[in-house]
Amino acid sequence: MNSRLAAITLNTFREAVRDRVLYNLIIFALLLVASAPLFGEISIGLEKLILVNVGLSAISLFGIIIAIFIGIGLVSKEIEKRTLYTILSRPVRRWEFITGKYLGLLMTLVVNAVFMAVGFFAALLIVTRTFTRDDAGLLVAIYFIILQFFIVTAVTLLFSSFSSPIFSAIFAFALFVIGTFAEDLRNFANLAEGLTKWLAIAAAWLVPNFSAFNVIAQVAHGEHIAGQLVLFNTLYALLYSTAAIALAVLIFERRNLK
Amino acid sequence: MKTRRKSTIVSVAILVLTFAGALFSLDQVDEMKGKQATLEEVLYFPSGKTLKKLSLGYHSLLADIYWTRAVQYFGHKHQEEELRYDLLYPLLDITTDLDPHLIIAYEFGSVFLSQPAPAGAGEPDKAVALVEKGIRANPDYWRLYFTLGYIHYFDRKDYKAAREAFQTGSEKPGAYFWMKVMAAEMAQHAGETSFAEEIWKRLYESTQDQMVKDNAQQHLAALSVEKLIEELDKRVEFFRQKTGQLPSSWYDLIRAGLLRGIPIDTAKNPLKLMPDGTIQVADPAKVPFLTKGLPPGWKKPNPHVPQ
Amino acid sequence: MRAPAIEILGLSKSYAVGFLRKSLKPALQALTLSVEEGETFGFLGPNGAGKTTTLKLLMGIIFPTSGSARILGQDFHDPDVKKQIGFLPEQPYFYDYLSAPELLDYYAQLCGMPSEERRKKIPALLERVGLPDAGKTHLRKFSKGMLQRVGIAQAIIHDPKVVFLDEPMSGLDPLGRREIRELIQELKDQGKTVFFSTHILSDAEALCDRVAVIHKGELRGIGVVEDLQSKTAATSEVVWQGSHALASAGSLVSETHTTGEIVRAVVAAHDLDMLLEKLRQQHAQIISVTPVQGTLEDYFVSHTSETEQARA
Repeated sequence: MNSRLAAITLNTFREAVRDRVLYNLIIFALLLVASAPLFGEISIGLEKLILVNVGLSAISLFGIIIAIFIGIGLVSKEIEKRTLYTILSRPVRRWEFITGKYLGLLMTLVVNAVFMAVGFFAALLIVTRTFTRDDAGLLVAIYFIILQFFIVTAVTLLFSSFSSPIFSAIFAFALFVIGTFAEDLRNFANLAEGLTKWLAIAAAWLVPNFSAFNVIAQVAHGEHIAGQLVLFNTLYALLYSTAAIALAVLIFERRNLK
Repeated sequence: MKTRRKSTIVSVAILVLTFAGALFSLDQVDEMKGKQATLEEVLYFPSGKTLKKLSLGYHSLLADIYWTRAVQYFGHKHQEEELRYDLLYPLLDITTDLDPHLIIAYEFGSVFLSQPAPAGAGEPDKAVALVEKGIRANPDYWRLYFTLGYIHYFDRKDYKAAREAFQTGSEKPGAYFWMKVMAAEMAQHAGETSFAEEIWKRLYESTQDQMVKDNAQQHLAALSVEKLIEELDKRVEFFRQKTGQLPSSWYDLIRAGLLRGIPIDTAKNPLKLMPDGTIQVADPAKVPFLTKGLPPGWKKPNPHVPQ
Repeated sequence: MRAPAIEILGLSKSYAVGFLRKSLKPALQALTLSVEEGETFGFLGPNGAGKTTTLKLLMGIIFPTSGSARILGQDFHDPDVKKQIGFLPEQPYFYDYLSAPELLDYYAQLCGMPSEERRKKIPALLERVGLPDAGKTHLRKFSKGMLQRVGIAQAIIHDPKVVFLDEPMSGLDPLGRREIRELIQELKDQGKTVFFSTHILSDAEALCDRVAVIHKGELRGIGVVEDLQSKTAATSEVVWQGSHALASAGSLVSETHTTGEIVRAVVAAHDLDMLLEKLRQQHAQIISVTPVQGTLEDYFVSHTSETEQARA
């Protein structure tokens, strides 16, 4: 569509790739996945379970750490270093800037997840020597992890568009934790009364619902994931992320930069 | 700055539409997962002790979360009139592993684990196990003994164990005086309606949980109807002895001066006087836990069993 | 009559300060000026006068409290007009993980330049700004002077009609400054409109057609360089032979240099005739009389004094 948008996206991707910190995180994560077969020494039969749990959790957790780590600086770094000035003096719209940054980081995370997934499946092959049909669930789990990245990145970018890196990190992380317990928050809202109830309801629905995306436990036991869940999770992730980015654009467009 | 205005309108529109759509999708996901969610967690974390270690010191908070889930799980199933509450015990077990001093979990469990379906899980032995665990963690808390006695009395009909529980509990600090009374009266009056009434009344007074309170109240209501029926039976019998016939309707009894008005049950429905002299409740579904006055062969219609 | 290249119409900016953000601190008070196409316009002022604020407002980096501007006849916030302008910020910083060609390529892409054109122009441009060997070195390894050149390059890669430069000479050594000056001259020769801010007056004198002086957020003066220079006191330099005449010249002259019999002195324009008269009386031999132009500096200083009130 938009060559400026594409340019910003690719440049953001390039920046993340050249950021050496990224490599450290990835190597660390890969090591973790590679060492998983050793855990299987505990007992035969549990190897796969442990490998799946460790592997998928690593992919998820590291992706989210990277998303937050890089995401918090996406906008604030450009403002602080004033690299943004020469961008804005060009025919770039502010919304293109925000969206391009988002897509670039997302691209980074997806590529990262794919690499780690390849390593993961390689480790799995070593351990189990063959793939079964149940393993299709693993792909779904990874897909859900990537959907989580959509949301985490969008939310982090939203915070980055108006607050400093440290606060962005705190808010994003807090939102992630609360979002993991979003279902319980809704339970609590059902039981509470009065003002507490309304606040809990508001929080429970505003907060990104991460618990629905975590199917690692199920796929580790070879369970099948409902197609409908895939559909609605996808919708939710796309819509929520878009909403967050729209809000980020609204904020950023009004912002007087230093 | 026309460009910005246009951009603002578009952004706001996108924001509102996508967020609304997101909420809708979330609702769908919730519907689907609602049934599965707790199931997975509990299946894959069978040990509350492990969970406690993993919680890195926030086990109390986690206990609250699991407690909330237990209540939600139960409430949801109860509403649907399910017959099985498989996860109630594991959830309460985990909750109390995470926070052994969460007394209300033991109390709730004692009432709703032990009662038969659809009011409860119908697992009195598990209920006993849970409360005994609670007593181990809180040995001086008298109310747990009351709870234990309650389970032994109602759902296991083990009056000896019940008496022991009440006795032990009555000696704990802060115990209410009636604990001793109940222990003493158990020997003679076990099995009588008035005794059961006493226990339910005490439970109703002393509990802090609304669901438990409601449950106790329903039992008390049922007992009051049973007592009424017992009393009415006596008057019908008196009438028969006097006149050699069974009364054909309540008016016969009223005209005979044996009754002041048409008797009604707690659901405000008039009781029915059957031709054979027995008394029945008009709509048993409205007076749960009734053991007398039920039309013969009446079974509570269960939405999960095809009629 | 062509629209001016730059029209600033009552542009102002105030910041809310204080804990409760109640009081307003004006950074720029309603500024109105215009620059014609092809002009080289100098925007002068001491540090903190509001020069950078003005440029940030024009670029859309911050938003005005009131007023507006037009560039090449279009609203200054219109993104398409940005294709025609280039901007070099003060003490620029660029993506340090990119090399110079990569940076220019990226920026050119953002201006909508097709890839063929980019491939051709970038190496030529790098050579033109004096960075022929920039190659693959990442910008984080560049010196200040080199970054400044990259800065100019990115400002003109897309061949804009109007170029905005904020303190383009800052932090450069004399050689670097001369090279930038030459670049600006080249832009001028190409017919581009150049708007640059600086507090170094000699640069402005050398390059600008017109200048404006701004101080504490207010416009203090504006005009053609020559006019402004001549507004200040003009003097003449007189060289004569006959050092004995110096005594009678006395108070008329200043800055006297005596080398043997040759005297060189400065005299105010209105005193020139009287001095010449006196020298003739003393039989001094007049070697030369040279009018000395007033400097912009005098104009500048007089218009940025602390006590001066704002003029209409």
